Amino acid sequence: MTPKKKDKRIGLFVCHCGVNIAGVVDVEKVAERLKDYPGVAFSTHYVYVCSDPGQQMIIDTIKEKKLDAIIVAACSPTLHEKTFREAAKMAGLNPYQIEIANIREQDSWVHKDKDKATKKAVKIIKSYVEKSLQNESLEPIKVDIHKRALIIGGGISGLQAALDIADHGYEVLLVEKNPSIGGKMIQLSETFPTLDCSQCILTPKMVEVSRHPNIRLLTYHEVDSVSGFVGNFKVRIKKKPRYVDESLCNLCGECEKVCPQVVPDEFNMGLSFRKAIYMPFPQAVPGTYTLDAANCLGLLPVRCGKCKDVCDPKAINYDMKETIFEEEVGAIVVATGYDLYSLQAIGEYGGEKYDDVVDGLEFERILSASGPTGGEVRRPSDGKVPKSIVFVQCSGSRDTEKHNPYCSKICCMYTAKHAMLYKHRVPDGQAIVFYIDVRAGGKGFDEFYQRTVEEDKALYIRGKVSKIFKEGDKLIVWGVDTLTGKKVEVETDMVVLAMAMVKADGVEELVKKLKISTDTHGFLAEAHPKLRPVESLNAGFYLAGCAHGPKDIPEAVAQASAAAAKVGDLFAQTELIHEPTTVPVNTDLCSGCAICLTMCPYDARSLDRERGVVVVNEVLCEGCGACAAACPSGAAQQRNQTDDQIFAMVQAILGE
Amino acid sequence: MFEPQIMCFLCKWCTSAAADLAGTSRMTYAPNGVNLRVMCSSRVDPQHILYAFRAGADGVFIGGCHPGDCHYVEGNYKTLRRVTLFKKVLQDLGIDPRRLRLEWISAAEGRKFAETMDQFTGQIRSLGPLNLNEQVLHAREEQHE
Repeated sequence: MTPKKKDKRIGLFVCHCGVNIAGVVDVEKVAERLKDYPGVAFSTHYVYVCSDPGQQMIIDTIKEKKLDAIIVAACSPTLHEKTFREAAKMAGLNPYQIEIANIREQDSWVHKDKDKATKKAVKIIKSYVEKSLQNESLEPIKVDIHKRALIIGGGISGLQAALDIADHGYEVLLVEKNPSIGGKMIQLSETFPTLDCSQCILTPKMVEVSRHPNIRLLTYHEVDSVSGFVGNFKVRIKKKPRYVDESLCNLCGECEKVCPQVVPDEFNMGLSFRKAIYMPFPQAVPGTYTLDAANCLGLLPVRCGKCKDVCDPKAINYDMKETIFEEEVGAIVVATGYDLYSLQAIGEYGGEKYDDVVDGLEFERILSASGPTGGEVRRPSDGKVPKSIVFVQCSGSRDTEKHNPYCSKICCMYTAKHAMLYKHRVPDGQAIVFYIDVRAGGKGFDEFYQRTVEEDKALYIRGKVSKIFKEGDKLIVWGVDTLTGKKVEVETDMVVLAMAMVKADGVEELVKKLKISTDTHGFLAEAHPKLRPVESLNAGFYLAGCAHGPKDIPEAVAQASAAAAKVGDLFAQTELIHEPTTVPVNTDLCSGCAICLTMCPYDARSLDRERGVVVVNEVLCEGCGACAAACPSGAAQQRNQTDDQIFAMVQAILGE
Repeated sequence: MFEPQIMCFLCKWCTSAAADLAGTSRMTYAPNGVNLRVMCSSRVDPQHILYAFRAGADGVFIGGCHPGDCHYVEGNYKTLRRVTLFKKVLQDLGIDPRRLRLEWISAAEGRKFAETMDQFTGQIRSLGPLNLNEQVLHAREEQHE
């Protein structure tokens, strides 16, 4: 039973948070000033309310003073609301009788004037006393969970998350926009610091994913829209036409031979060519050809039709259309990866103008045994073996003025690897590396870097490169050696730029569809940087891999497994709790005008024509309150945030 | 110096999180605004704004998510429509519409929150006190005369 407003007994606990709050806000004075405020039955202050003794104090006080509600004036509710709700529950209080007044992040940490900050704390707390006086005790709404997960992205992170969730025994839908899974990792040559062949360690996982009974692999598909909420998402998935029936294609390759259309090969970073009908790479999963309609001469057989003529199993079908279907899932793992900062973005390095200035991924393809040169290091312009290569670390990273301020984290290590592999392939070649710092913090990383320097005699020059230009057959690199303070000019055959890792192309559109938050660089934001690093702030969404920020393969794999474990936690519950702070309708006041229906993005409200009033499906109501603000008669009132509560809070803040 | 009273309605998902971030990053800004956290900026009813002015606010601030980023799909667009119209009403009521400010501040924009608070406080300070009740009384007296 919710006690009547007038005789409600509220307990107030003002936290010092060590000196975090008490250093600026006079907590004693605050507790003292609110002692006699109407409704406050008990008021105290304590050094760390969130500590075990602090929580025990709350529990004991609730029982002893027969409190009906409590207010904890402390840090942001995003941190300890749950802690205090649990503590209060142990003392028999309804969790919705607990309010957190934020006097740390939104007061003591942002103001220096002690007097003003203290006054502000009093105002904030008063507003919560007013709110609390009118709070109802609420019971959570229980909802079923669809125990299926959607994974977006089929790179190493997505694959690992899919395998782990599938191994937990839950069904997985894996959506990949490209014709094959594998992501960026499948393009790499060897991986640091062990020099494992990237394809050799990834392809078994790709095959496992394609054969796992719990995984439905949806390559060449994209997420069209997402609605619903944790446990109950409705996802519309777009199937892009491949124009080749995967189940019929026998990989004979006859179509590719006759196709007259030649285009740059994305898999080899444009360093070689493919046909318009193609298989991205030999180990592609699913093993099937794909017709790239954007480059095909025409899907009308009268215009070309050569591939269809030679296809023995009749797998090619020009009439395939884009289709959209809907699936229900309970959790979504976003593993959309990264892209490299474009060469064009740093004009002075000449990546756009000169074929022999390449980025890290292009050099991976040059090094790869399955690459355009079969693993021999040859420069793109004339196919000559370069006798020296300059590697430029931090190209577009750690540059607060013009490019990306953050560190792309993996470039130090892959540049050391590039230098080492180059030396292994061209023993008389010289690798020269420009660096700001070498950040080799990882298991076996520093040893690997030392090996590059000591055994493979890579020359490391501490400094930044200012300009790269061509002179005859050679590239000239201008830079500065910041250890000697002297200008350096290096003549070389080829340059590899360790371009910054940036958010994946087009991820901003996906993020809008999912309605999840990102950081200022467009990488996905985690719920808490230290304590909840694999969850999005938006319930039901999990992050894996470089979509969240630059990281290497083991970190991406670890994060994917962690995200999968979190999905497992969610699915292990029998039912989900839905917040009861919904917006019901007072049918005595409702005139059935239905204005609120147009406000609701969730179709939670409908008009009961017989009774002439609006009815609410509270499971669908997410509690935004847009309808409450629009209701002309005040019939729609948000639970525990009614108009009367807001008025009383405003009055408490402003009225003195 | 005139210290304006500013009532801030902040959406839980973006602007209140930005205010938290400003705190975590130890930025400092004018203490004149006091925040009231709502689930969505679209929960703010023009009645609440008017009530705040009547209760003594010299300025009212509403913070929401950037267009397209609303946690509730499109609540911020509803807020934008309401605020745009309501500013016209304020004008008719004799309240300078600059006293009401709507700003999109994402959870990552702690600095923007701090700067906006300083800037808005400065703006309201230069507009001077609202004294709504006195103004209304004055207007009534004029009508009677």
